[in-house]
Amino acid sequence: MPEIRLENLVKRYGNVQVLHGIDLAMAENEFTVLVGPSGCGKSTTLRMVAGLENVSEGEIYVDGTPISHLDPKDRGLAMVFQDYALYPHMDVARNISFALRLQKRPKAEIEAKVREVADIVGLTEFLHRKPGALSGGQRQRVAMARALAKDSGIFLFDEPLSNLDAKLRGQMRAELAIMRQRVQKNMIYVTHDQIEAMTLADRIVVMHGGYIQQQGTPEELFKRPANKFVAGFLGSPPMNFLDADLQDQGGTLHAVGQGFSIALPASKAQALGRTAGAVTLGIRPSDLNFDPGAPDAAAFDLKVQVSEYIGAQSVLVCQTGGAQVTVELKSETPIALGETLRFAVRPEGLHLFDRATEAAL
Amino acid sequence: MYTARANRLTPYMFMAPAAVIMAIALLYPLGYMVWGSFRDWNPSQTIGEAEFVGLKNYITLFYDPAFRESLGVTLTFASVVVVAEMVIGVGLALLLDRNIRGMSVLRTLFILPMMIAPVVVGLMWRYMYHPTVGTFNRTLESLGLPKVDWLGDHALMSVIIADIWQWTPFIFILALAALQSLPRSALEAARIDGATAWQQIVHIKIPLMMPVLIVTALLRLIDAFKVLEVILVMTEGGPGLSTEILALRISRTATEFRELGVAAAMSNYLLMLLLILTVGMFAVTKLQEARAARLARQVQEDT
Repeated sequence: MPEIRLENLVKRYGNVQVLHGIDLAMAENEFTVLVGPSGCGKSTTLRMVAGLENVSEGEIYVDGTPISHLDPKDRGLAMVFQDYALYPHMDVARNISFALRLQKRPKAEIEAKVREVADIVGLTEFLHRKPGALSGGQRQRVAMARALAKDSGIFLFDEPLSNLDAKLRGQMRAELAIMRQRVQKNMIYVTHDQIEAMTLADRIVVMHGGYIQQQGTPEELFKRPANKFVAGFLGSPPMNFLDADLQDQGGTLHAVGQGFSIALPASKAQALGRTAGAVTLGIRPSDLNFDPGAPDAAAFDLKVQVSEYIGAQSVLVCQTGGAQVTVELKSETPIALGETLRFAVRPEGLHLFDRATEAAL
Repeated sequence: MYTARANRLTPYMFMAPAAVIMAIALLYPLGYMVWGSFRDWNPSQTIGEAEFVGLKNYITLFYDPAFRESLGVTLTFASVVVVAEMVIGVGLALLLDRNIRGMSVLRTLFILPMMIAPVVVGLMWRYMYHPTVGTFNRTLESLGLPKVDWLGDHALMSVIIADIWQWTPFIFILALAALQSLPRSALEAARIDGATAWQQIVHIKIPLMMPVLIVTALLRLIDAFKVLEVILVMTEGGPGLSTEILALRISRTATEFRELGVAAAMSNYLLMLLLILTVGMFAVTKLQEARAARLARQVQEDT
């Protein structure tokens, strides 16, 4: 429910600074996903919001009120941990009701609440089991139910699905998305898995090296990455990067590299604001298509080395010049391994980055 | 066929030397003691010369007021020291389970008493308790307070204090180890769920430490029943029989009263008491294992 704002948040461990001034505003009822590789500072940020880590500098505001000096218990939030953090000596019902019992709520109210949230997460028949007698997925549900029972406006998730196996993770991800529609809360979700980020988030915040790289809706980040890191981090299989130089060829701007010379669309060329220089050309595997008849200025000649069959789609690992390029296409496309084939690139699928600063152009 | 049997026997062959040593070092003296306890046996006799008297030693002891008093002193001593040591040791562990500068030095200092030889501990405390030149009475005197007759009127209490001083560190390090192996995230979850420091201790820390604490208390209890040197040095069981714990009475019966049979019977009584405690301890651990196994089975049945 409440609005959360991080202002110039800094975290230092001794002399090592791990967060360099995080500014972030999370609107009411927004599902924000902090995503990044390990060590990027996403968990630290979440734990500072939770009050489990001290704030070295900066401030956290909830509805305009600074909270960084408050104990976790006074911040009115609920949290789901990566390892579930259940109380092993309490059964499911007592795990769920722990916070309510500490608040000395009436017994009838507690029982009703436990039944309600157990129903939401589908745990009703396990209420009297201890966590040791539950499977990983069920433990995850208990953790979720415990957080739900608290009725707090802020919901924090610290990599809640990463201890589950792949199949269960997909299932829980879908359930989370459904639960997210049922409960109106302000949720902050930390993950290193870009698929979780893309599927769950209203807003994705990509972090790297203690800085926010970019934030926005999943679509914004996917279509218009602010820099090479974001472009490479979101999307699976990841974006291809090729070194290229900008060259004006007969009035059209081309990105020229080893074995290719791709014409840039006029609108893109104009927006670029430069007509020469070293760039990195980024192309998502799904923006390449097998097309033997494509013109030179919109195509790559790639030598197909490996074909990874995934089902409806196949991923081709190809070689051009000295670089490796992956292509994602429908499995029925007739491809022969070892041959050099022509792949057309969709003009809107061309991303350019400054080779030195890695910022998007 | 032959090799298969040889293979099956191999583990027992490897165990044989240890088993032989066990038999000589443990079973033989034990059997000797049990055998001796059925005899009217004077130290000047060999055990073969001593007269067989059946259960006479056990029955005499059962009705002997001195033995009963000694047993009572032992039970009082053991229960008081174990309860006090558990409370102080666990309390200290809860207080010191944090990252303070110099904590490792502090922890080492805390466990020093445990490393001192019991005889030295006894001597040290005897001097500190000394009626005129001891630290305690001199301090009381300088504060204008009346002296306390530590090893006289309050001998049992004084002995208990010395034992608490020596053995609390044992509980402390085990409790601290248990605390530090608790799941950190469960404690963090409790903080977020709104538990105060005290509620975290009562609802999360103590219950989770319980298995370790139970075993620690039983170990300490078994040890407390066998304590000898410290008390021997401090009071020699006196004044009267007020601090004469069983181990001390056994040694006196054998050396002063020269009744080896009775001393052996007394040792057997103590052995039985300790056996009950040990069996209790095994039962506790077995119970915990059985519970864990049952929980694991339940998960398997589900999937």
